Amino acid sequence: MAFIPHTADDVAGMLDVIGARSIDDLFDEIPANLRAGVLRVPPALSEMELVRLLNERATSDGRPLNFIGAGAYEHHIPAPVWAITTRGEFYSAYTPYQAEASQGTLQVIYEFQSMICALTGMDVSNASLYDGASALAEACLMAVRANRASASRRILLPRTLNPTYAQVAQSIAGNQGIVFETVNFDRATGCTALESLAAYGGEDITALVIQQPNFFGNLEEAQQLAEWAHSHKILVIAVVNPTSLAILKAPGEWGADIVCGEGQPLGVPLAAGGPYFGFMATRLPYVRQMPGRIVGRTVDVDGRPGFSLTLQAREQHIRRSKATSNICTNQGLMVTAATIYMSLLGPAGLERVAAASLQRTADLLAALSKVAGVKPAFTAPRFHEAVLLLDRPVAPILAALERRGIIGGLDLAERYPELGHALLVCATETKLDLDIDAYARALADVMHPSRAAA
Amino acid sequence: MSNVPNDLRYTKSHEWVRAASDGSIEVGISDHAQSSLGDLVFVEVPEVGRVLRAGEACAVVESVKAASDVYSPVNGRVTASNAALATQPELLNHEPYTGGWLFRLQPDAPLEGGALMSPADYTKYLAEEA
Repeated sequence: MAFIPHTADDVAGMLDVIGARSIDDLFDEIPANLRAGVLRVPPALSEMELVRLLNERATSDGRPLNFIGAGAYEHHIPAPVWAITTRGEFYSAYTPYQAEASQGTLQVIYEFQSMICALTGMDVSNASLYDGASALAEACLMAVRANRASASRRILLPRTLNPTYAQVAQSIAGNQGIVFETVNFDRATGCTALESLAAYGGEDITALVIQQPNFFGNLEEAQQLAEWAHSHKILVIAVVNPTSLAILKAPGEWGADIVCGEGQPLGVPLAAGGPYFGFMATRLPYVRQMPGRIVGRTVDVDGRPGFSLTLQAREQHIRRSKATSNICTNQGLMVTAATIYMSLLGPAGLERVAAASLQRTADLLAALSKVAGVKPAFTAPRFHEAVLLLDRPVAPILAALERRGIIGGLDLAERYPELGHALLVCATETKLDLDIDAYARALADVMHPSRAAA
Repeated sequence: MSNVPNDLRYTKSHEWVRAASDGSIEVGISDHAQSSLGDLVFVEVPEVGRVLRAGEACAVVESVKAASDVYSPVNGRVTASNAALATQPELLNHEPYTGGWLFRLQPDAPLEGGALMSPADYTKYLAEEA
């Protein structure tokens, strides 16, 4: 049975009305080099054949020891998280919102929002967005609506922001009239210096983005930067790692107006880049400018507590072209996993994860810095990532480590050529002393093979 | 039957306009508009100093079932906006022509008949729309 309701005549009739010759004409504005062309898909496989093929592919990846972070982090996920998330009551590709049929789902989202508010120190959270990078793009669009003291649509993006986030923000918001200005960082600390913002002091700027901890893993002087921004009527958008918030000051306390970030560290596995989820929270006065679904708690006609979507006049099914966003979906299943993950760990458990990750990275940095020709790049305090400077190009070293079953980190040569031979490394609670020792020994062997042989 | 005061002028998008002796005007939404929207829960008014073109969306009124833009009836500059609506949006329902005013404008040119309707014309317009 065909589920496509339009006949060829219907399609021809509609094309005729709008003056297009073919359906392909409707996609004219997409450049040819971005089109997939003909998809080469092999013939269908049976389930048994498919499982075998995918197992072979997975095995070819090996089981490397991973020291790469850069926006997605390997954490232990307690077994109940996905056992509960994949129960039939939750397991759905679509998030059902009908209050009369979905009280459980709505309550999970409400609890998720409450947890995000507790972590970020904000008043209100939405039900999630696609991922951290698109959440930042949405936060930039939101800041333009929320900052009524500014007409410039100019937003400051420090170079210490994850470069992928800057790129996604540019792709989404840059095409909606927002101009991004790049702010350089201090080469000694690896943080955004207040002095580099001073140049914008007299100008109309809509928002300042602060990533905390920043892309290098360093802790920015966030409060100082936020105070500068507010004194110039600039809104502050914080991009944060949710795990770090268990031990760092909440962005609401250091002056953020909008908080967003990548939720993956909260119980979502590193699965070839996704699906992950973005989160966003803000202060109450800006709630009507926030995109996305929001679940609220209310009472029914008999006074019994219940949950339903709220403040929907922001959304596209009511506000059409003037909606706060036309990406109004959420990542319901990932949010369910994150809510269960946070529930199981509790505030104390999440704090232990964060503290252990911080300690592991400090241990890793100490161990790797003992290798001749390796030193820390920056002096600022860190969370669970750090930049190392090597005395030679990073790429061949990483390739040699990979042959030894170690993913040694992210080569920063392409994104930050000014740093020289810089390597971004990460260790979470999943890395034990023996893992860190193994990495340090392998690095010494790779960089100084003669000494190792001696 | 909705209330259409005699001393005001009206737009097709259901704003009312009150001319003051100093040449400025006060703008709100009509009794018909507030009753069609239902209970208002949020009102966003324009910033003082904002320059508006006639027909430009400059305020938002949100009820439990819809959100609507309010349009400037003429070209001009905003001289005041109703701060009380931030905490009491229901003023728009209860007193659409007095306590529920939205903003005041200094029009670029003296107010003339133009696109604005007289109370009689607006009453007729409402009857035709119904």
